[in-house]
Amino acid sequence: MNLDQFKVAPPSVDWITLLPVILVASTGLVALLIEMFRPKQTNVAIIWTSLIGLGVAAGSLILQMGQPSGDTFAGMALRDPASLVLQLVLVGVCFFTFFFSESYLRERRIPFGEFYPLALWSTAGGMIMVSTENLLMLFIGLEVLSISLYVMAGMARQESKSEESAIKYFLLGAFASAFLLYGIALVYGATGSLHLDQIARAYALNDGLTEKLLIFGVGFMLVGLGFKAALVPFHQWAPDVYQGAPTNVTGFMAAAAKVAAIGALYRVLSGAVDLSGTWMPLLIIIAILTMTIPNLIACQQKNVKRILGYSSIANAGYILVGLLAHLQSPDKIGIETTVFFLVSYALVTIGMFALLTLNARDGKEGTELSDFYGLWNRHPLAAGLMVLFVASLIGIPITGGFFAKLGIFNDAVNAGLTLLAIVLAINSAISCYYYLGIVRAAFVAEETRPQPLGSTMPPGLRFTGIACAVGVLGISFFLTPIQAYLSGKDPNAWTNPPATASTGPSENLSSSTTNPSPDPDPDQDPALTNPGEAPPDQPPADQPPVAEPDEQSPQESSGEAAGESEGTGPAANPAPSR
Amino acid sequence: MTWYLMLGAFMFTCGAVGVIVRRNPVVVFMCIELMLNAVNLTFLTFAAYSPSLLPLGPELTQSWMSGQMMVIFVMAVAAAEVAVGLGIIMAIYRLRDEVDLDSMSAMRG
Repeated sequence: MNLDQFKVAPPSVDWITLLPVILVASTGLVALLIEMFRPKQTNVAIIWTSLIGLGVAAGSLILQMGQPSGDTFAGMALRDPASLVLQLVLVGVCFFTFFFSESYLRERRIPFGEFYPLALWSTAGGMIMVSTENLLMLFIGLEVLSISLYVMAGMARQESKSEESAIKYFLLGAFASAFLLYGIALVYGATGSLHLDQIARAYALNDGLTEKLLIFGVGFMLVGLGFKAALVPFHQWAPDVYQGAPTNVTGFMAAAAKVAAIGALYRVLSGAVDLSGTWMPLLIIIAILTMTIPNLIACQQKNVKRILGYSSIANAGYILVGLLAHLQSPDKIGIETTVFFLVSYALVTIGMFALLTLNARDGKEGTELSDFYGLWNRHPLAAGLMVLFVASLIGIPITGGFFAKLGIFNDAVNAGLTLLAIVLAINSAISCYYYLGIVRAAFVAEETRPQPLGSTMPPGLRFTGIACAVGVLGISFFLTPIQAYLSGKDPNAWTNPPATASTGPSENLSSSTTNPSPDPDPDQDPALTNPGEAPPDQPPADQPPVAEPDEQSPQESSGEAAGESEGTGPAANPAPSR
Repeated sequence: MTWYLMLGAFMFTCGAVGVIVRRNPVVVFMCIELMLNAVNLTFLTFAAYSPSLLPLGPELTQSWMSGQMMVIFVMAVAAAEVAVGLGIIMAIYRLRDEVDLDSMSAMRG
């Protein structure tokens, strides 16, 4: 064999594109080293190292936002607006999870310092997934994400439920990866390539056999990714795993794994966009089922974690509607509403699960609805935050959830998928029932517990809750810049300078609308939070997170906010105006 | 080529059926491994027999190499999965002295 054929020109490497992933993964390594040598009983050093690493990674992502799209490592890593925003969401999810994890783990008596490095690697895997068009990288990212999650789900080793959820997740997850791989194999056989770009090109010059292989291959891949994203025929594991895993892991899983899986689904489906005609009817049926069935089941549940598990499945359905609208008319409808929905969903999910950790005491956790009775008396702030998050989940105006749902509804109508839009609206109405059930539990007066639960919120938890609340309210005002950023640099419209020019004024406009923002908020918030802690969270839009933990919080809160307002790119970053 | 592909499909089906039918997690896991190996066989077959449809030229090497690279990564990932999976099964065995999947129904609804 002639060795010359191996001499392909070495790919050009742009390390900046890879920098965030490298940072997060190596922070995980450092955190593991600290864990090995740490003085016992304290994870503080690990947490601060991880938070700093995540902050730097977030910064490097934000700095990249002004740069043009492109790929590196022979197309293995990709930089475009969607991938940057989704990576930022993943980093943010990990960041907030760490903030409330420590107090929870201590209360649950889970002596598992490895949680932090595992979560970091899991995040790195998710970041790889959302920023590649290569099926090999997609698979590796998926496995890095999943294998860490299997371990984290079984973290409470003394607890039967946790182990049970771990093995269910593991077996079904591995099963799903096998399907995904078989799909990749068939697609590879049909086209001779693992790169979605080249696959689309090969499809253009197809013959009969190729087409059949491709269709089956994409079908298998949809099964595999559907498992990960918990779409309906493949959702059986989700409620059990969500209920059994420790709450902080559940929150991380619900937010990060879903964002990553949807991101991968988007890449695969839009890579195979010519094929989607074949699978479209089936995908529409899946979307309808995914929205409807979990909503109906959730109405009968008594465990809040389980309810949120079903709700996250339903949310996957809403997101799928947005994706389908994009696929139906890719020129007219961009991906930006879907990404916006993911941002708002991730914020709400993390905030909600953070609040659930409040009831953990003495190695037990209370996540039944009845455990939340009297929450209003114990923790007015927590109850108020819960109302806000539920409002966003339902989709009540001025929360991020409202604009997200509205955008997807709009897209579906514009793409001619009116049926999906109607089902989405009906399901939003159904979901009110169980969401309001959670709120009702918080406002039931009497406590059923014999021993009173503690009345203090750990500072990390409080910070997470407030920051997520600020995010949920805040992204409403950044809706326009986010969408302008995401759509402005679409591959369809290569006009870069006009896009930034148009985001500039709109950012100014939105920051000027941020000023009146405390005005609409008090209508909703202090009315609920006044009796307890009126002074600290009176202007719920801006100040609180700065006051809470020491030095990291301003950076991240501005990072988060600037991250949402990334339309301005580097210009806004050095001087966040808040 | 057809025979290799059919063997791959057969192994994959056996594995999938086994996952659904069997109740012992170790056996289920072995069935998943069978599926992964079926995938590997399929990849290798395609890499060896079907050149790319695209007019690739020098990139043709990459085309068949990427299939073989994929196989190596699948094997590595499968090994990692074995380590984690057996760990979880051991933890469960220590906790309740049996690992039957049907008995794992603490959560319902």
